[in-house]
Amino acid sequence: MEDTAKSDVRIGVFICDCGSNIAGYLSMKDLVEYAKTLPNVVFVQENLYTCSEGGINGIKAAIPAHGLTRVVVASCTPRTHEPLFQNACEEAGLNPYLFEMANIRDQCSWVHQQVKEKATERAKGQIAMAVAKAARLRELSRIQLGIFYRAVVIGGGVSGMAAAMALGNMGYEVHLVEKEERLGGLLNHLNMVLPAKEPPSRLLDDLRTRLENNPKVTVHTRAQVKKSEGYVGNYQVTINENGNETVVKAGVIIVATGAKVLKPEGLMGYDGEKVITQLELESLLKQGTPSLKNVVMIQCVGSRCAERTYCSRICCMTSVKNAILIREADPSASVTILYRDMQMYGVENEDMFRRSKELGVRYVTYDPERPPEAGDGLVRVYHARMGKEIALPADLVVLATPLVAQDEAQQISTMLKVPLNENGFFLEGHVKLKPLDFATDGVYLCGSARFPSSIREAVSQGLGAASRAAIVLSKEALFTSGIVADINPNTCCGCLGCLEVCPYGAINFFQDRGICQVNKVLCKGCGGCAATCSSGSARLDGFSNDQIYAQIEQALAG
Amino acid sequence: MVEFSGEIGSFKAKVHRKARYVDASKCTACGACAEKCPTKVPNEFNFGLNDRKAIYKDYAQGIPSVYTIDPNHCRVFQGKKCGVCAKQCQAGAIDYEQKDSYVDLEVAAVIVATGYDLFDATRIPEYGYGRFPNVISSLEMERLLSAGGPTAGHLARPSVVKGEARLKELPKLIAKAEKDEKTDAASALNKERKWLEEHVHKYPTAKKLGFIQCVGSRDFRFHKYCSNYCCMHSIKEAIIARDHEPETESYIFYMDLRTVGKGFEEYKIRGAKVSGLKYVRGRVAEVLQDEELNPVVYFEDTEQRCVRSMTLDMVILANACSASKGIVTVAELLGIALDENNFVKTHPNKPLDTSVPGIFTCGCAQGPLDIPESVAQASSAAARAAEVVMTGGRALAV
Repeated sequence: MEDTAKSDVRIGVFICDCGSNIAGYLSMKDLVEYAKTLPNVVFVQENLYTCSEGGINGIKAAIPAHGLTRVVVASCTPRTHEPLFQNACEEAGLNPYLFEMANIRDQCSWVHQQVKEKATERAKGQIAMAVAKAARLRELSRIQLGIFYRAVVIGGGVSGMAAAMALGNMGYEVHLVEKEERLGGLLNHLNMVLPAKEPPSRLLDDLRTRLENNPKVTVHTRAQVKKSEGYVGNYQVTINENGNETVVKAGVIIVATGAKVLKPEGLMGYDGEKVITQLELESLLKQGTPSLKNVVMIQCVGSRCAERTYCSRICCMTSVKNAILIREADPSASVTILYRDMQMYGVENEDMFRRSKELGVRYVTYDPERPPEAGDGLVRVYHARMGKEIALPADLVVLATPLVAQDEAQQISTMLKVPLNENGFFLEGHVKLKPLDFATDGVYLCGSARFPSSIREAVSQGLGAASRAAIVLSKEALFTSGIVADINPNTCCGCLGCLEVCPYGAINFFQDRGICQVNKVLCKGCGGCAATCSSGSARLDGFSNDQIYAQIEQALAG
Repeated sequence: MVEFSGEIGSFKAKVHRKARYVDASKCTACGACAEKCPTKVPNEFNFGLNDRKAIYKDYAQGIPSVYTIDPNHCRVFQGKKCGVCAKQCQAGAIDYEQKDSYVDLEVAAVIVATGYDLFDATRIPEYGYGRFPNVISSLEMERLLSAGGPTAGHLARPSVVKGEARLKELPKLIAKAEKDEKTDAASALNKERKWLEEHVHKYPTAKKLGFIQCVGSRDFRFHKYCSNYCCMHSIKEAIIARDHEPETESYIFYMDLRTVGKGFEEYKIRGAKVSGLKYVRGRVAEVLQDEELNPVVYFEDTEQRCVRSMTLDMVILANACSASKGIVTVAELLGIALDENNFVKTHPNKPLDTSVPGIFTCGCAQGPLDIPESVAQASSAAARAAEVVMTGGRALAV
């Protein structure tokens, strides 16, 4: 391999004591003397704390004074301190990517406290490796990008409405795209919501009016997003509204496409008349309370089973709510809920659960191995507490079926290059820490498109996604990182290996030329593509083969 | 916060900042001060399972990464000779003269994110918490399982941790009692020492664990509500315990296993299949202790339709999420309404808004929440606050 280390490279090495964290366990004098002997090293300094003001000023002064063209700091972890040292280089006129770090604290002094001599030898090796790499570093640059200060929200249910409202209120232009004739999503079909005890139209009408009166918000109904091109800050989104296509230039996209209720064809004798879903019961109740003598509700129909392992979160509260409404309207009606676990989490739900018991709603657990059977005006179920089968009279059986992914989820996932989970719900960037972001910058998610949500949660997540999106919209410009991948178009064979491993949707395949290309804006510099590429066409700047091989050779030589 | 006034778009707040006696701009958190500090104090962050020093940081990743002197224990503040930390600190950050300060803030919006307090399980005497060393809270379990915790992640029984500490101090106490010629006290201490020597190391690692759900939650005597996240943290703790020690057996005593989040039900199934967790549907009536300090639980197994008992190495309580003790004062100062449980009152349609325009809330301050929902709500509250800040409070829709 060609050696890219140039003879005119002048490296400065700064070795940190970290108080006694490093100096207490390694021989600093030996490290300093050793560093001086390394090729291209023209200056070595030991600091009590390289990260302190004095240490930083030392770097800034040494660069011009000794004509340094590379800087190596041997100290702690780049996770916390690399940006600080890179800034110091930049302020002294050195490209920040001509900087390298050796972690001789976390990876050496802390873990080898008992063996000072061996640990010092090891730290020498780490410094030599960093120096070997530094000699081969190249200047890299960050690209500045403009931003379209506009958002597209896909889905006009309560979550999407809340997101659009928040962005509009912050002063950003918003395009809200709803496939149905009117905004509101699943809530349009509900009868009543508890504990507020109001029709959902109250919330929806309020939101609709405010959205319509907000000059920043454009609502597209009977509309769909047909195409989306671009990347964070610079999307071109094609919206088809009633057959007319318009292209919206937007900086961010929020996915709020919701979910749909599973129709339990073939399950528990579902017929849409005597055996119906909770959603169908809502319509029934909306038309006025039907006269019912015995209602039996069955939970987890089509969920928490082999086919759909997940618990759909909102079905227990829906059943309890409807049971309360039936008992309140007609105290002589009997309601029994057959369940596995009553998922009445939190304060409001448990309150509602208790209230239902006060109103005389009966609860019976069932074992999924011995599920209830409906037929002939009866529901038969094995009563585990009594140890025998019981038969409950039922003039209406209501099945609690889960929310499942929308049909268009797959199309949107492909279009925006954002992933779905095994159940077809959109997959967030991090389960705990990034619940409303995708791994891909500039695209966000909320509401039941992510996972079944209550109204409270959908509103909250809509606002939250707006908040995440506003982080991009409130910037003056975007900068890419210098550490990004590149693919050599002359050698790429279009095998798509890189595209398959990229978690950020940063690789595009050009069918006409049969090659892959990296979108440097979306690339996070993970190097997955470079490691995968079988033709050696993909490389990661800042971690190129010659740099890494030089480090390995140094490690093996030492 | 000590003073608060104004209205949406123009609030004024006075914030009391306690002195930390360490100059935050100089401290590099190297830890040399704490290493040499001679004063040991029970470590609150680890629930007293080990000691910290009088100059300390709660844990390695704490933010800001700055040490603090605890004036209630520091020898300098107790009028004794010391000053070791100031001598050790090469950054010159120690400042015994530092004073409390007050900061005046003018803000357009306020977010209340004061979190929660763990339910005090000593209020349920039948579970023996506080009396039996091997009955612990969920957060104590977190510390025991943590690589950065008092046992470096080894699931040592608290009776062992505490017994070993006691064994270390006993010889001194015995010598002192003998010197003072207190023969009764000395013989009692000797007896204790003998017992500890014989018993402490009999069951060093907790391998048979019982998790009791709904401790203080869904209980008419305390909190009627469900605390939302405890089913999942018990399952998680049991799975991690098993990862540490493959012989671990865990029993989770529950009423309903509420696995309502994304991937939660799958996680519960994995717990049973891969980590051998056993889910027992039934409420625990009482916990007693045998002579080896093993907790014995008495419970109704509703699926087997019988009352049973089980001897365990350790019992972990799923303590309820209680409203934080300080919230009443905060709410009075801000003028915001609380609900009957002392959580900040909100409406389902406006989940982040308190009763005062311009003051928002998120996380467990408004009711028990798990991590993903808390993180999502934090962003939501920020959005509401941003609407106010960016429009001067004109926009107040959902």
